[in-house]
Amino acid sequence: MEYHPEPVQQLILCCSCGIAIPPNPANMCENCIRNEVDITEGIPKQGTIHFCRNCGRYLQPPNYWLSCELESRELLALCVRKLRGLSKVRLIDAGFIWTEPHSRRIKVKLTIQKEVFANTILQQQFQVEFTVANQQCDDCDRVMAKNTWKAVVQVRQKVSHKRTFLYLEQLILKHRAFKNTTNIKEVRDGIDFYFAQRNHAIKMVEFFQAVVPVRSKSSERLISTDIRNNTSNYKFTYSVEIMPICREDLVCLPVKLARSLGNIHPLVLCHRVGNTVSILDPNTLDAAEIQSAAFWNNPFSPLMNSRELTEFYVLDVEPLGPTRGKLMLADVTVARASDLGTNDTTFLVRSHLGHLLNSGDHCLGYDLTTCNFNNDQFDQLDAGRIPDVVIVKKHYPGRRKKTKRRTWKLKTLTKEQDELVARKQDLKRIEQDYELFLRDLEEDPELRANINLYKADDARSVMTNGGTDMDETETDFPEVQLHELMNELDINDEPDEAMQ
Amino acid sequence: MAVRAQFESSNEVGVFSKLTNAYCLVAIGGSENFYSTFESDLGDVIPVIHTSIAGTRIIGRLTAGNRHGLLVPSTTTDQELQHLRNSLPDDVAIQRVEERLSALGNVIACNDYVALVHPDIDQETEEIIQDVLKVEVFRQTIADNVLVGTYCAISNQGGLVHPRTTIQDQDELSSLLQIPLVAGTVNRGSDVIGSGMVVNDWAAYAGLDTTSTELSVIESIFKLQDSQPSAIVTDLRDALVDTFS
Repeated sequence: MEYHPEPVQQLILCCSCGIAIPPNPANMCENCIRNEVDITEGIPKQGTIHFCRNCGRYLQPPNYWLSCELESRELLALCVRKLRGLSKVRLIDAGFIWTEPHSRRIKVKLTIQKEVFANTILQQQFQVEFTVANQQCDDCDRVMAKNTWKAVVQVRQKVSHKRTFLYLEQLILKHRAFKNTTNIKEVRDGIDFYFAQRNHAIKMVEFFQAVVPVRSKSSERLISTDIRNNTSNYKFTYSVEIMPICREDLVCLPVKLARSLGNIHPLVLCHRVGNTVSILDPNTLDAAEIQSAAFWNNPFSPLMNSRELTEFYVLDVEPLGPTRGKLMLADVTVARASDLGTNDTTFLVRSHLGHLLNSGDHCLGYDLTTCNFNNDQFDQLDAGRIPDVVIVKKHYPGRRKKTKRRTWKLKTLTKEQDELVARKQDLKRIEQDYELFLRDLEEDPELRANINLYKADDARSVMTNGGTDMDETETDFPEVQLHELMNELDINDEPDEAMQ
Repeated sequence: MAVRAQFESSNEVGVFSKLTNAYCLVAIGGSENFYSTFESDLGDVIPVIHTSIAGTRIIGRLTAGNRHGLLVPSTTTDQELQHLRNSLPDDVAIQRVEERLSALGNVIACNDYVALVHPDIDQETEEIIQDVLKVEVFRQTIADNVLVGTYCAISNQGGLVHPRTTIQDQDELSSLLQIPLVAGTVNRGSDVIGSGMVVNDWAAYAGLDTTSTELSVIESIFKLQDSQPSAIVTDLRDALVDTFS
């Protein structure tokens, strides 16, 4: 039988208190090591955390405000980051000790390790108490001081209608360009966008420059200055003026400009507005683009706008042959819709809409015979070359007569109204503008390709019911298809369905 | 009696001095404080000698010796050897050792009867140790350390060994040395016992950091409580009287 000596732990006396302990690298008992060295030395046991009462965020130095819950990971990270001496020790564990929320104290329990003497690692647990102090954050400060913006973008268009802005609003919504605004205010002839930071405003201006023909000007106002550290506080204003020429406007170009655009006839239709303006001569199908720089060198105003369109009845269409893209030149015989049944006045007009118009159709156009312009450029034109009527677009009165509900809708930006409250007739005009804009969208698939349409609440039912009695006369109407529509994000979507 | 001392703000007393029952070697320091600590206690009993070994001050680690002799490394200069011969008592033999492990103080731990040596020491050196120091030689380790001189301090009364020495090892060493042993520390928990203190049969010197607990361990294991150089004589006489009566 083998003898296995029972291993006996040798003991030594702790070198400072003399109790028997198993040998360790320090040859000292735990209590003596604790007494000898405090590894939490240099770590503050109290601290202050700044909290903004208005927005419920905590200050993460130097100047970031973080929103976090009590006893959350984020708050713990913030507290631990506040403690300065922690870089010299190893943090093993950290957690909250529960405190009353209204006590405005946050207690954090930390476990740290540190090497003391040679090869002796000591672990210690301790508490740090943070006092939550109130401090208003910069953002709330601004709100309180009614000083919420640092930069403003003022977009203006000096025209009598709102169509451009309605379209611009949809573009802004689609590109989410409103993201950084602090306020949007509707004013006469335009909209003001307010921003907390200058670069957001510059970004907005760049957005406008990309989508509409504009000129912009910036100016700044000194709010305050500190000569000691050479800093100053400015407010920036960006004035963005949109070219006053809209889609479907009749324009009489200055002769010089017309010459520079390939000697186009000065009397042209504006048929598309992007960041340049596309113009078209309906008599010859000549087209050109007006750059915004060229326009602002020698600004001019439109001759007639879409509000002044007159309805005509197409009696005869005679294609001439020349085409440009979809457009086809044709001689069209039209009569005023209002003249039907009263007299036999007809006009023989050359039009670019030969591909669309058929005899019996309705169309909209500018009636130049009854107009009296006060325009120098127009006066210089050779009177013999001025057409009586300029046809602009096809009209679908049959479609309009039915009070059919639209299967789609648009989102709107929430805008603050200017102090000059719209009068009743203004309101009516605004409504009319909006309706015309919606019609434009319906009739022009190209236009609505740039923006987001959303399904109306009962889109499907309207589609199925309305789809059966399709208008037999106007089959070429560019109906808004269901696949063009987007589902709107509705937060209450889920629970509703669940309830049903 | 155990005393705290410091050599030029170093606590490693055993590095800069060598203490035996017949002589004491002290390194040449900047000041005489260290020397006078030894001189005041021991001066009238045994010679306290200022010396260097091979031009260095770490004489405690380079030499090994007891009442019968002194071993110095081969690097010792002739002049130093001559000085030691002149200063040591006549009955103490002095011998240069041609040993690869030239820090003799680290590889040899001895009292007047037994020596523990490094397991790899030369056979020749072992014989020299036997002859010059008149001791039995055992190749041993202390707590798995081969530098036996560094990790223990022994006198004829007792011995202090490395704190990690197991009970079994302590028993084995104790039966070889025929003295009681204890595991302990000097200089506030330092385990390099041989460097931290020097001891003979009636006096011990430890570093200034040594705590009172450590000092009391030293005093009790080396039986220094009331010992005087004459204690042996009186003890011996008591024993003789006992025997003859």
